[in-house]
Amino acid sequence: MIISIASGKGGTGKTTVAVNLALTLKDIIPVKLLDCDVEEPNAHLFLKPEFIEKDIVTLPIPQIDKKKCTLCGKCIKICAYHALARVGKKVLVFEELCHGCGGCSLLCPEGAITEINKEIGFVEKAIVKGIEFIRGTLTIGSALAPPVIKKVKSRISKDKLNIIDSPPGTSCPMINAVSGSDYCILVTEPTPFGLNDLKSAVESVRELEIPFGVIINRAGLGDKIIEDYLFEEKIPLLLKIPFNKLYAKSYANGNILIEDYPNLKQDFLQLWNFIEGRIKA
Amino acid sequence: MNEIVILSGKGGTGKTTVTALLAALSANAVLADCDVDAANLHILLKPEIKETFEFLGSQKAQINSYKCKGCGQCEKVCRFSAIKDFKVNSIFCEGCRVCYNICPEKAIDMIDTLAGHWYISDTKYGPMVHAKLGAAEENSGKLVSVVKKAAREIAEKAGKIIITDGPPGIGCPVISSLSGANLVLIVTEPTASGFHDFERLLNLANNFNVTIKVVINKFDIAEKKAREIEKYCINKGIEVIGKIPFDEEIIKSISEGIPPVLYSSGLAVQALKGIALSLFNDFGK
Ligand code: SF4
Ligand code: SF4
Repeated sequence: MIISIASGKGGTGKTTVAVNLALTLKDIIPVKLLDCDVEEPNAHLFLKPEFIEKDIVTLPIPQIDKKKCTLCGKCIKICAYHALARVGKKVLVFEELCHGCGGCSLLCPEGAITEINKEIGFVEKAIVKGIEFIRGTLTIGSALAPPVIKKVKSRISKDKLNIIDSPPGTSCPMINAVSGSDYCILVTEPTPFGLNDLKSAVESVRELEIPFGVIINRAGLGDKIIEDYLFEEKIPLLLKIPFNKLYAKSYANGNILIEDYPNLKQDFLQLWNFIEGRIKA
Repeated sequence: MNEIVILSGKGGTGKTTVTALLAALSANAVLADCDVDAANLHILLKPEIKETFEFLGSQKAQINSYKCKGCGQCEKVCRFSAIKDFKVNSIFCEGCRVCYNICPEKAIDMIDTLAGHWYISDTKYGPMVHAKLGAAEENSGKLVSVVKKAAREIAEKAGKIIITDGPPGIGCPVISSLSGANLVLIVTEPTASGFHDFERLLNLANNFNVTIKVVINKFDIAEKKAREIEKYCINKGIEVIGKIPFDEEIIKSISEGIPPVLYSSGLAVQALKGIALSLFNDFGK
Protein backbone atom coordinates (compact mmCIF):
# COMPACT_ATOMS: atom_id res chain seq x y z
CA MET A 1 0.00 0.00 0.00
CA ILE A 2 1.26 3.46 -0.85
CA ILE A 3 0.19 6.66 0.88
CA SER A 4 1.69 9.92 -0.24
CA ILE A 5 1.76 13.14 1.75
CA ALA A 6 1.71 16.25 -0.42
CA SER A 7 0.83 19.93 -0.27
CA GLY A 8 0.51 22.68 -2.82
CA LYS A 9 2.96 24.84 -0.98
CA GLY A 10 5.96 24.12 1.17
CA GLY A 11 6.16 24.63 4.89
CA THR A 12 2.70 23.35 5.72
CA GLY A 13 3.90 20.44 7.82
CA LYS A 14 4.03 17.65 5.25
CA THR A 15 7.14 16.11 6.71
CA THR A 16 5.75 16.34 10.24
CA VAL A 17 2.69 14.38 9.16
CA ALA A 18 4.74 11.80 7.25
CA VAL A 19 7.14 11.15 10.12
CA ASN A 20 4.49 11.06 12.83
CA LEU A 21 2.15 8.88 10.83
CA ALA A 22 4.96 6.44 10.10
CA LEU A 23 6.02 6.23 13.74
CA THR A 24 2.44 5.82 14.92
CA LEU A 25 1.62 3.01 12.51
CA LYS A 26 4.82 1.00 12.86
CA ASP A 27 3.28 -0.82 15.84
CA ILE A 28 0.44 -2.16 13.71
CA ILE A 29 2.02 -2.74 10.32
CA PRO A 30 5.53 -2.76 8.83
CA VAL A 31 6.26 0.77 7.62
CA LYS A 32 8.64 2.20 5.08
CA LEU A 33 9.06 5.96 4.88
CA LEU A 34 10.37 7.34 1.59
CA ASP A 35 11.52 10.96 1.48
CA CYS A 36 10.87 12.00 -2.12
CA ASP A 37 11.34 15.71 -1.44
CA VAL A 38 14.77 15.31 -3.01
CA GLU A 39 15.42 19.03 -3.43
CA GLU A 40 15.02 19.64 0.30
CA PRO A 41 14.84 16.30 2.09
CA ASN A 42 13.98 16.94 5.72
CA ALA A 43 12.57 13.80 7.33
CA HIS A 44 16.06 12.76 8.45
CA LEU A 45 16.32 15.89 10.59
CA PHE A 46 13.63 14.39 12.82
CA LEU A 47 14.50 10.71 12.54
CA LYS A 48 18.27 11.24 12.90
CA PRO A 49 19.07 7.97 11.13
CA GLU A 50 22.40 6.30 10.52
CA PHE A 51 22.44 5.35 6.87
CA ILE A 52 23.66 1.87 6.08
CA GLU A 53 23.42 1.92 2.30
CA LYS A 54 24.00 4.51 -0.39
CA ASP A 55 23.24 4.22 -4.10
CA ILE A 56 24.35 6.85 -6.56
CA VAL A 57 21.73 8.02 -9.07
CA THR A 58 23.17 8.77 -12.46
CA LEU A 59 22.01 10.10 -15.77
CA PRO A 60 23.52 8.92 -19.05
CA ILE A 61 25.13 11.93 -20.71
CA PRO A 62 26.55 11.88 -24.23
CA GLN A 63 30.24 11.97 -24.85
CA ILE A 64 31.33 12.77 -28.36
CA ASP A 65 34.30 11.15 -30.02
CA LYS A 66 35.94 13.99 -31.93
CA LYS A 67 37.73 11.59 -34.24
CA LYS A 68 34.54 9.95 -35.45
CA CYS A 69 32.30 13.02 -35.53
CA THR A 70 31.83 14.53 -38.98
CA LEU A 71 29.97 17.56 -37.62
CA CYS A 72 26.86 16.54 -39.56
CA GLY A 73 24.72 18.25 -36.91
CA LYS A 74 22.10 15.52 -36.67
CA CYS A 75 22.41 15.17 -32.91
CA ILE A 76 22.04 18.92 -32.43
CA LYS A 77 18.88 18.89 -34.49
CA ILE A 78 17.20 16.04 -32.68
CA CYS A 79 17.99 17.13 -29.12
CA ALA A 80 14.71 18.48 -27.77
CA TYR A 81 16.43 20.27 -24.88
CA HIS A 82 19.12 22.15 -26.79
CA ALA A 83 21.76 20.34 -24.82
CA LEU A 84 24.08 20.10 -27.81
CA ALA A 85 25.61 22.88 -29.84
CA ARG A 86 28.33 23.27 -32.37
CA VAL A 87 31.11 25.58 -31.33
CA GLY A 88 33.84 25.86 -33.93
CA LYS A 89 34.92 22.36 -34.93
CA LYS A 90 33.35 20.66 -31.95
CA VAL A 91 29.96 19.55 -30.71
CA LEU A 92 29.62 20.60 -27.09
CA VAL A 93 27.39 18.97 -24.48
CA PHE A 94 25.63 21.20 -21.96
CA GLU A 95 25.20 18.66 -19.22
CA GLU A 96 22.71 20.64 -17.15
CA LEU A 97 20.26 20.70 -20.04
CA CYS A 98 20.54 17.03 -20.97
CA HIS A 99 17.66 14.78 -19.87
CA GLY A 100 19.53 11.60 -20.72
CA CYS A 101 17.01 10.53 -23.32
CA GLY A 102 19.63 8.70 -25.35
CA GLY A 103 18.37 10.07 -28.65
CA CYS A 104 21.67 11.52 -29.83
CA SER A 105 23.72 8.38 -29.27
CA LEU A 106 21.01 6.27 -30.86
CA LEU A 107 20.71 8.39 -33.97
CA CYS A 108 24.26 9.58 -34.66
CA PRO A 109 25.04 8.13 -38.09
CA GLU A 110 28.75 7.89 -37.29
CA GLY A 111 28.45 6.07 -34.00
CA ALA A 112 30.43 8.94 -32.52
CA ILE A 113 28.45 9.21 -29.30
CA THR A 114 28.81 7.06 -26.24
CA GLU A 115 27.22 7.70 -22.88
CA ILE A 116 28.87 8.34 -19.58
CA ASN A 117 27.08 8.36 -16.26
CA LYS A 118 26.82 11.67 -14.51
CA GLU A 119 25.93 11.71 -10.84
CA ILE A 120 22.74 13.68 -10.18
CA GLY A 121 21.87 12.47 -6.71
CA PHE A 122 21.84 9.55 -4.32
CA VAL A 123 19.47 7.30 -2.43
CA GLU A 124 20.16 6.11 1.10
CA LYS A 125 18.63 3.61 3.44
CA ALA A 126 18.44 3.36 7.20
CA ILE A 127 16.60 1.37 9.81
CA VAL A 128 15.52 3.82 12.48
CA LYS A 129 12.99 3.80 15.31
CA GLY A 130 11.50 0.56 14.01
CA ILE A 131 10.86 1.68 10.43
CA GLU A 132 12.74 1.44 7.21
CA PHE A 133 13.69 4.87 5.95
CA ILE A 134 14.71 5.75 2.38
CA ARG A 135 15.95 9.18 1.46
CA GLY A 136 16.69 10.67 -1.93
CA THR A 137 18.96 13.71 -2.31
CA LEU A 138 19.41 15.76 -5.44
CA THR A 139 22.97 16.89 -6.05
CA ILE A 140 23.19 20.66 -5.65
CA GLY A 141 23.31 22.28 -9.07
CA SER A 142 21.49 19.44 -10.77
CA ALA A 143 18.12 20.42 -12.17
CA LEU A 144 16.53 17.02 -12.61
CA ALA A 145 14.60 15.83 -9.58
CA PRO A 146 12.35 13.22 -11.27
CA PRO A 147 15.03 10.59 -11.93
CA VAL A 148 16.09 10.75 -8.27
CA ILE A 149 12.47 10.48 -7.16
CA LYS A 150 11.96 7.47 -9.42
CA LYS A 151 14.99 5.81 -7.87
CA VAL A 152 13.58 6.37 -4.37
CA LYS A 153 10.26 4.94 -5.48
CA SER A 154 11.92 1.86 -6.91
CA ARG A 155 12.44 0.93 -3.23
CA ILE A 156 8.73 0.63 -2.52
CA SER A 157 7.87 -2.73 -0.93
CA LYS A 158 4.62 -4.45 -1.79
CA ASP A 159 4.29 -6.08 1.62
CA LYS A 160 4.69 -2.88 3.62
CA LEU A 161 2.88 0.34 4.15
CA ASN A 162 4.87 2.84 2.09
CA ILE A 163 4.59 6.45 3.16
CA ILE A 164 5.90 8.95 0.63
CA ASP A 165 6.91 12.46 1.65
CA SER A 166 6.30 14.33 -1.59
CA PRO A 167 7.98 17.54 -2.79
CA PRO A 168 5.82 20.67 -2.51
CA GLY A 169 4.04 22.19 -5.48
CA THR A 170 2.09 20.58 -8.25
CA SER A 171 4.57 20.23 -11.11
CA CYS A 172 6.81 17.42 -12.31
CA PRO A 173 8.53 16.46 -9.05
CA MET A 174 5.26 16.30 -7.11
CA ILE A 175 3.49 14.38 -9.88
CA ASN A 176 6.33 11.89 -10.06
CA ALA A 177 6.27 11.36 -6.31
CA VAL A 178 2.51 11.04 -5.91
CA SER A 179 1.57 9.02 -9.00
CA GLY A 180 0.80 5.40 -8.25
CA SER A 181 -0.32 6.08 -4.67
CA ASP A 182 -3.39 4.38 -3.24
CA TYR A 183 -4.23 7.46 -1.24
CA CYS A 184 -2.91 10.99 -0.99
CA ILE A 185 -3.00 13.17 2.11
CA LEU A 186 -2.84 16.87 1.36
CA VAL A 187 -1.54 19.04 4.18
CA THR A 188 -2.52 22.67 4.30
CA GLU A 189 -2.75 25.60 6.69
CA PRO A 190 -5.65 27.99 7.28
CA THR A 191 -4.27 31.05 5.45
CA PRO A 192 -5.19 32.54 2.07
CA PHE A 193 -1.90 31.06 0.78
CA GLY A 194 -2.79 27.67 2.15
CA LEU A 195 -6.18 27.71 0.44
CA ASN A 196 -4.82 28.89 -2.89
CA ASP A 197 -2.17 26.18 -2.99
CA LEU A 198 -4.53 23.52 -1.73
CA LYS A 199 -6.80 24.19 -4.69
CA SER A 200 -3.95 23.56 -7.15
CA ALA A 201 -2.95 20.41 -5.31
CA VAL A 202 -6.54 19.16 -5.40
CA GLU A 203 -6.66 19.72 -9.16
CA SER A 204 -3.50 17.68 -9.56
CA VAL A 205 -4.55 14.68 -7.49
CA ARG A 206 -7.91 14.69 -9.23
CA GLU A 207 -6.06 14.63 -12.54
CA LEU A 208 -4.11 11.62 -11.30
CA GLU A 209 -7.33 10.00 -10.08
CA ILE A 210 -6.00 9.27 -6.62
CA PRO A 211 -8.41 9.33 -3.67
CA PHE A 212 -7.42 12.01 -1.20
CA GLY A 213 -8.25 13.90 1.96
CA VAL A 214 -6.94 16.94 3.77
CA ILE A 215 -5.16 17.67 7.04
CA ILE A 216 -5.31 21.23 8.33
CA ASN A 217 -2.14 22.04 10.21
CA ARG A 218 -1.81 25.02 12.56
CA ALA A 219 -5.58 25.08 12.78
CA GLY A 220 -7.06 27.96 14.71
CA LEU A 221 -4.48 30.41 13.42
CA GLY A 222 -6.69 31.72 10.68
CA ASP A 223 -10.36 31.51 9.89
CA LYS A 224 -12.53 28.77 8.47
CA ILE A 225 -11.74 29.27 4.77
CA ILE A 226 -10.29 25.80 4.35
CA GLU A 227 -13.17 24.01 6.06
CA ASP A 228 -15.68 25.90 3.95
CA TYR A 229 -13.84 24.94 0.81
CA LEU A 230 -13.61 21.26 1.79
CA PHE A 231 -17.30 21.19 2.59
CA GLU A 232 -18.22 22.72 -0.76
CA GLU A 233 -15.98 20.35 -2.68
CA LYS A 234 -16.99 17.31 -0.60
CA ILE A 235 -13.40 16.59 0.33
CA PRO A 236 -12.88 14.68 3.58
CA LEU A 237 -11.22 16.61 6.39
CA LEU A 238 -8.94 13.98 7.88
CA LEU A 239 -7.49 15.79 10.84
CA LYS A 240 -6.91 19.18 12.37
CA ILE A 241 -3.63 19.77 14.16
CA PRO A 242 -4.11 22.88 16.27
CA PHE A 243 -1.63 25.74 16.26
CA ASN A 244 0.31 25.51 19.45
CA LYS A 245 3.49 27.34 20.40
CA LEU A 246 4.74 24.19 22.10
CA TYR A 247 4.30 22.13 18.92
CA ALA A 248 6.08 24.84 16.96
CA LYS A 249 9.02 24.73 19.41
CA SER A 250 9.18 20.97 19.25
CA TYR A 251 9.30 21.17 15.46
CA ALA A 252 11.89 23.96 15.41
CA ASN A 253 14.23 21.84 17.48
CA GLY A 254 13.81 18.83 15.21
CA ASN A 255 11.84 16.81 17.75
CA ILE A 256 9.16 14.31 16.88
CA LEU A 257 5.72 15.54 17.86
CA ILE A 258 4.23 12.24 19.05
CA GLU A 259 7.30 11.61 21.20
CA ASP A 260 6.86 14.98 22.92
CA TYR A 261 3.05 14.77 22.93
CA PRO A 262 1.97 11.10 22.85
CA ASN A 263 -1.72 12.05 23.03
CA LEU A 264 -1.49 12.95 19.33
CA LYS A 265 -0.94 9.28 18.45
CA GLN A 266 -4.65 8.69 18.83
CA ASP A 267 -5.39 11.23 16.09
CA PHE A 268 -3.01 9.61 13.63
CA LEU A 269 -4.51 6.20 14.38
CA GLN A 270 -8.00 7.45 13.62
CA LEU A 271 -6.73 8.99 10.45
CA TRP A 272 -5.25 5.68 9.43
CA ASN A 273 -8.49 3.80 10.16
CA PHE A 274 -10.36 6.17 7.91
CA ILE A 275 -7.85 5.89 5.07
CA GLU A 276 -7.57 2.12 5.32
CA GLY A 277 -11.35 1.87 5.09
CA ARG A 278 -11.32 4.12 2.07
CA ILE A 279 -8.66 2.18 0.21
CA LYS A 280 -10.25 -1.20 0.87
CA ALA A 281 -13.74 -0.05 -0.02
CA MET B 1 19.62 46.90 -14.28
CA ASN B 2 18.91 45.59 -10.87
CA GLU B 3 17.11 42.52 -9.81
CA ILE B 4 16.48 41.11 -6.34
CA VAL B 5 15.32 37.51 -6.11
CA ILE B 6 13.78 36.36 -2.88
CA LEU B 7 14.39 32.68 -2.17
CA SER B 8 14.05 30.40 0.80
CA GLY B 9 15.08 26.84 0.04
CA LYS B 10 12.09 25.49 1.91
CA GLY B 11 8.61 26.81 1.33
CA GLY B 12 6.49 28.44 4.00
CA THR B 13 9.18 30.63 5.50
CA GLY B 14 7.41 33.86 4.57
CA LYS B 15 9.21 34.52 1.30
CA THR B 16 6.10 35.81 -0.45
CA THR B 17 5.13 38.07 2.44
CA VAL B 18 8.61 39.60 2.48
CA THR B 19 8.47 40.06 -1.30
CA ALA B 20 5.11 41.81 -1.08
CA LEU B 21 6.34 44.11 1.66
CA LEU B 22 9.44 45.08 -0.23
CA ALA B 23 7.22 45.76 -3.23
CA ALA B 24 4.99 47.99 -1.13
CA LEU B 25 7.93 49.86 0.33
CA SER B 26 9.84 50.31 -2.90
CA ALA B 27 7.33 52.03 -5.19
CA ASN B 28 9.81 51.74 -8.05
CA ALA B 29 9.74 48.10 -8.93
CA VAL B 30 8.41 45.60 -11.39
CA LEU B 31 7.15 42.59 -9.45
CA ALA B 32 7.64 39.08 -10.75
CA ASP B 33 6.17 35.95 -9.24
CA CYS B 34 8.49 33.13 -10.29
CA ASP B 35 6.97 30.63 -7.91
CA VAL B 36 4.84 29.59 -10.87
CA ASP B 37 4.12 26.21 -9.38
CA ALA B 38 2.35 27.67 -6.33
CA ALA B 39 1.97 31.33 -7.17
CA ASN B 40 0.82 33.35 -4.18
CA LEU B 41 2.02 36.90 -4.61
CA HIS B 42 -1.22 37.84 -6.36
CA ILE B 43 -3.14 37.12 -3.17
CA LEU B 44 -1.29 39.91 -1.42
CA LEU B 45 -0.82 42.37 -4.28
CA LYS B 46 -4.22 41.93 -5.93
CA PRO B 47 -3.12 42.54 -9.51
CA GLU B 48 -5.47 43.71 -12.18
CA ILE B 49 -4.75 41.58 -15.24
CA LYS B 50 -4.00 43.63 -18.36
CA GLU B 51 -2.72 40.99 -20.73
CA THR B 52 -2.95 37.19 -20.77
CA PHE B 53 -0.59 34.89 -22.68
CA GLU B 54 -0.63 31.18 -23.30
CA PHE B 55 2.28 29.08 -22.15
CA LEU B 56 3.07 26.02 -24.20
CA GLY B 57 4.84 23.32 -22.25
CA SER B 58 7.01 20.65 -23.77
CA GLN B 59 5.51 18.76 -26.66
CA LYS B 60 4.08 15.33 -25.97
CA ALA B 61 4.18 12.30 -28.18
CA GLN B 62 0.98 10.86 -29.56
CA ILE B 63 0.72 7.61 -31.47
CA ASN B 64 -1.48 7.52 -34.53
CA SER B 65 -3.14 4.13 -34.27
CA TYR B 66 -3.93 3.99 -38.01
CA LYS B 67 -0.32 4.27 -38.99
CA CYS B 68 1.12 2.20 -36.14
CA LYS B 69 2.07 -1.35 -37.14
CA GLY B 70 2.92 -2.40 -33.61
CA CYS B 71 6.66 -2.92 -34.02
CA GLY B 72 7.28 -1.75 -30.47
CA GLN B 73 10.45 0.23 -31.22
CA CYS B 74 9.09 3.31 -29.48
CA GLU B 75 8.47 1.49 -26.24
CA LYS B 76 11.98 0.08 -26.33
CA VAL B 77 13.74 3.41 -26.79
CA CYS B 78 11.66 5.44 -24.35
CA ARG B 79 13.74 5.95 -21.21
CA PHE B 80 10.91 7.54 -19.28
CA SER B 81 8.61 4.50 -19.37
CA ALA B 82 5.96 6.67 -20.97
CA ILE B 83 4.86 4.21 -23.64
CA LYS B 84 2.91 1.07 -22.92
CA ASP B 85 0.78 -0.93 -25.34
CA PHE B 86 1.20 1.73 -28.02
CA LYS B 87 -0.24 4.46 -25.85
CA VAL B 88 1.66 7.43 -24.47
CA ASN B 89 1.22 8.37 -20.84
CA SER B 90 1.46 12.13 -21.15
CA ILE B 91 2.37 12.55 -17.50
CA PHE B 92 5.61 10.66 -17.99
CA CYS B 93 6.37 11.83 -21.51
CA GLU B 94 9.22 14.34 -21.38
CA GLY B 95 8.91 15.34 -25.01
CA CYS B 96 12.37 14.11 -25.95
CA ARG B 97 11.16 13.03 -29.41
CA VAL B 98 13.28 9.88 -29.50
CA CYS B 99 10.22 7.76 -30.32
CA TYR B 100 9.18 10.27 -32.95
CA ASN B 101 12.60 10.09 -34.58
CA ILE B 102 12.88 6.33 -34.45
CA CYS B 103 9.41 5.22 -35.58
CA PRO B 104 9.77 3.57 -39.01
CA GLU B 105 6.11 4.25 -39.86
CA LYS B 106 6.16 7.94 -38.90
CA ALA B 107 3.21 7.11 -36.73
CA ILE B 108 4.14 9.44 -33.88
CA ASP B 109 3.17 13.09 -33.74
CA MET B 110 4.55 15.65 -31.33
CA ILE B 111 1.68 17.72 -29.99
CA ASP B 112 1.96 21.14 -28.40
CA THR B 113 0.35 21.22 -24.98
CA LEU B 114 -1.08 24.21 -23.23
CA ALA B 115 0.68 24.06 -19.88
CA GLY B 116 -0.58 27.28 -18.36
CA HIS B 117 -0.94 31.02 -18.70
CA TRP B 118 1.08 34.04 -17.77
CA TYR B 119 -0.04 37.59 -17.20
CA ILE B 120 1.05 41.18 -17.22
CA SER B 121 -0.86 43.10 -14.58
CA ASP B 122 -1.05 46.34 -12.67
CA THR B 123 -0.87 46.56 -8.92
CA LYS B 124 -0.96 49.48 -6.55
CA TYR B 125 2.78 49.12 -6.22
CA GLY B 126 3.78 48.76 -9.85
CA PRO B 127 3.50 46.39 -12.78
CA MET B 128 3.55 42.70 -12.08
CA VAL B 129 4.28 39.61 -14.17
CA HIS B 130 2.89 36.33 -12.92
CA ALA B 131 1.75 32.95 -14.13
CA LYS B 132 -0.37 29.95 -13.44
CA LEU B 133 0.79 26.50 -14.39
CA GLY B 134 -1.97 24.03 -15.20
CA ALA B 135 -2.64 21.14 -12.84
CA ALA B 136 -0.06 18.38 -13.07
CA GLU B 137 1.95 20.28 -15.67
CA GLU B 138 5.71 20.34 -15.86
CA ASN B 139 8.32 22.66 -17.21
CA SER B 140 8.08 25.28 -14.55
CA GLY B 141 11.72 26.18 -15.18
CA LYS B 142 10.83 27.28 -18.68
CA LEU B 143 7.83 29.26 -17.47
CA VAL B 144 10.06 30.98 -14.91
CA SER B 145 12.30 32.13 -17.77
CA VAL B 146 9.29 33.48 -19.64
CA VAL B 147 8.10 35.47 -16.62
CA LYS B 148 11.58 36.81 -15.96
CA LYS B 149 12.08 37.89 -19.53
CA ALA B 150 8.81 39.82 -19.60
CA ALA B 151 9.57 41.49 -16.26
CA ARG B 152 13.00 42.49 -17.53
CA GLU B 153 11.58 44.10 -20.64
CA ILE B 154 9.12 46.17 -18.63
CA ALA B 155 11.77 47.14 -16.10
CA GLU B 156 14.22 48.21 -18.77
CA LYS B 157 11.68 50.39 -20.50
CA ALA B 158 10.50 52.04 -17.32
CA GLY B 159 13.87 52.25 -15.60
CA LYS B 160 12.71 50.22 -12.62
CA ILE B 161 14.21 47.49 -10.50
CA ILE B 162 12.78 43.96 -10.42
CA ILE B 163 11.66 42.26 -7.25
CA THR B 164 11.15 38.56 -7.81
CA ASP B 165 9.37 36.07 -5.60
CA GLY B 166 11.31 32.89 -6.28
CA PRO B 167 10.31 29.24 -6.19
CA PRO B 168 11.18 26.90 -3.32
CA GLY B 169 13.79 24.16 -3.56
CA ILE B 170 17.07 24.05 -5.43
CA GLY B 171 15.93 22.43 -8.68
CA CYS B 172 15.33 23.68 -12.17
CA PRO B 173 12.89 26.55 -11.43
CA VAL B 174 15.27 27.98 -8.82
CA ILE B 175 18.22 27.75 -11.18
CA SER B 176 16.14 29.58 -13.82
CA SER B 177 15.15 32.29 -11.37
CA LEU B 178 18.75 32.88 -10.28
CA SER B 179 20.11 33.57 -13.73
CA GLY B 180 20.81 37.24 -14.26
CA ALA B 181 19.88 38.37 -10.75
CA ASN B 182 22.21 40.72 -8.87
CA LEU B 183 21.06 40.04 -5.37
CA VAL B 184 19.53 37.07 -3.63
CA LEU B 185 17.68 37.67 -0.43
CA ILE B 186 17.25 34.40 1.41
CA VAL B 187 14.39 34.26 3.86
CA THR B 188 14.91 31.55 6.41
CA GLU B 189 13.21 30.54 9.63
CA PRO B 190 14.77 29.29 12.84
CA THR B 191 13.86 25.62 12.57
CA ALA B 192 15.96 22.55 11.97
CA SER B 193 14.54 22.13 8.48
CA GLY B 194 14.65 25.84 7.68
CA PHE B 195 18.36 25.88 8.49
CA HIS B 196 19.08 22.71 6.53
CA ASP B 197 17.35 23.98 3.38
CA PHE B 198 19.01 27.35 3.74
CA GLU B 199 22.41 25.66 3.67
CA ARG B 200 21.56 23.72 0.53
CA LEU B 201 20.28 26.83 -1.19
CA LEU B 202 23.41 28.74 -0.21
CA ASN B 203 25.56 26.08 -1.81
CA LEU B 204 23.63 26.50 -5.01
CA ALA B 205 23.52 30.30 -5.00
CA ASN B 206 27.28 30.46 -4.43
CA ASN B 207 27.72 29.16 -7.97
CA PHE B 208 26.06 32.25 -9.37
CA ASN B 209 27.52 35.68 -9.55
CA VAL B 210 25.17 37.23 -6.99
CA THR B 211 25.37 39.01 -3.68
CA ILE B 212 23.61 37.00 -0.98
CA LYS B 213 21.85 38.52 2.02
CA VAL B 214 19.75 36.86 4.67
CA VAL B 215 16.62 37.62 6.62
CA ILE B 216 15.49 35.46 9.54
CA ASN B 217 11.73 35.41 9.70
CA LYS B 218 9.73 34.52 12.84
CA PHE B 219 13.02 34.61 14.71
CA ASP B 220 11.27 34.77 18.09
CA ILE B 221 9.73 31.32 17.70
CA ALA B 222 13.08 29.75 18.51
CA GLU B 223 15.62 32.39 19.44
CA LYS B 224 18.38 29.92 20.12
CA LYS B 225 18.11 28.46 16.63
CA ALA B 226 17.97 31.99 15.20
CA ARG B 227 21.26 32.82 16.90
CA GLU B 228 22.73 29.62 15.48
CA ILE B 229 21.80 30.69 11.97
CA GLU B 230 23.20 34.16 12.58
CA LYS B 231 26.50 32.74 13.77
CA TYR B 232 26.66 30.48 10.76
CA CYS B 233 26.15 33.47 8.45
CA ILE B 234 28.83 35.52 10.18
CA ASN B 235 31.26 32.64 9.75
CA LYS B 236 30.46 32.46 6.06
CA GLY B 237 30.75 36.21 5.65
CA ILE B 238 27.08 36.63 4.75
CA GLU B 239 25.19 39.63 5.99
CA VAL B 240 22.01 39.09 8.01
CA ILE B 241 20.14 42.27 7.21
CA GLY B 242 17.19 41.75 9.46
CA LYS B 243 15.24 39.61 11.88
CA ILE B 244 11.47 39.72 11.72
CA PRO B 245 9.32 38.73 14.67
CA PHE B 246 6.27 36.51 14.25
CA ASP B 247 3.31 38.77 13.49
CA GLU B 248 0.03 37.76 11.91
CA GLU B 249 -0.92 41.40 11.36
CA ILE B 250 1.32 41.71 8.36
CA ILE B 251 -0.22 39.07 6.18
CA LYS B 252 -3.67 40.28 7.25
CA SER B 253 -2.90 43.84 6.27
CA ILE B 254 -1.70 43.04 2.79
CA SER B 255 -4.39 40.55 1.99
CA GLU B 256 -6.91 43.18 2.98
CA GLY B 257 -5.18 45.46 0.53
CA ILE B 258 -3.86 47.95 3.04
CA PRO B 259 -0.16 48.72 2.94
CA PRO B 260 1.26 47.30 6.17
CA VAL B 261 2.96 50.57 6.93
CA LEU B 262 -0.45 52.15 7.38
CA TYR B 263 -2.05 49.15 9.04
CA SER B 264 0.38 48.39 11.75
CA SER B 265 3.38 49.96 13.37
CA GLY B 266 4.28 46.75 15.11
CA LEU B 267 7.74 45.32 15.47
CA ALA B 268 7.50 43.29 12.31
CA VAL B 269 6.77 46.30 10.13
CA GLN B 270 9.62 48.17 11.73
CA ALA B 271 11.98 45.28 11.04
CA LEU B 272 10.83 45.17 7.43
CA LYS B 273 11.31 48.88 6.96
CA GLY B 274 14.88 48.47 8.11
CA ILE B 275 15.43 45.63 5.66
CA ALA B 276 13.95 47.58 2.77
CA LEU B 277 16.05 50.61 3.59
CA SER B 278 19.26 48.64 3.63
CA LEU B 279 18.40 46.85 0.36
CA PHE B 280 17.33 49.89 -1.57
CA ASN B 281 20.32 51.82 -0.30
CA ASP B 282 22.57 49.20 -1.85
CA PHE B 283 20.67 49.50 -5.03
CA GLY B 284 20.79 53.26 -5.15
CA LYS B 285 17.06 52.74 -5.73
S1 SF4 C 1 25.23 13.22 -35.09
FE1 SF4 C 1 27.22 12.27 -34.71
S2 SF4 C 1 28.48 12.86 -36.45
FE2 SF4 C 1 26.68 14.20 -36.49
S3 SF4 C 1 27.39 16.01 -35.36
FE3 SF4 C 1 26.40 14.69 -33.86
S4 SF4 C 1 28.10 13.47 -33.02
FE4 SF4 C 1 28.85 14.41 -34.89
S1 SF4 D 1 20.74 12.36 -24.42
FE1 SF4 D 1 18.88 13.38 -25.21
S2 SF4 D 1 18.80 15.25 -23.98
FE2 SF4 D 1 20.88 14.48 -23.75
S3 SF4 D 1 22.03 15.51 -25.34
FE3 SF4 D 1 21.36 13.57 -26.21
S4 SF4 D 1 19.45 14.07 -27.25
FE4 SF4 D 1 19.87 15.78 -25.88
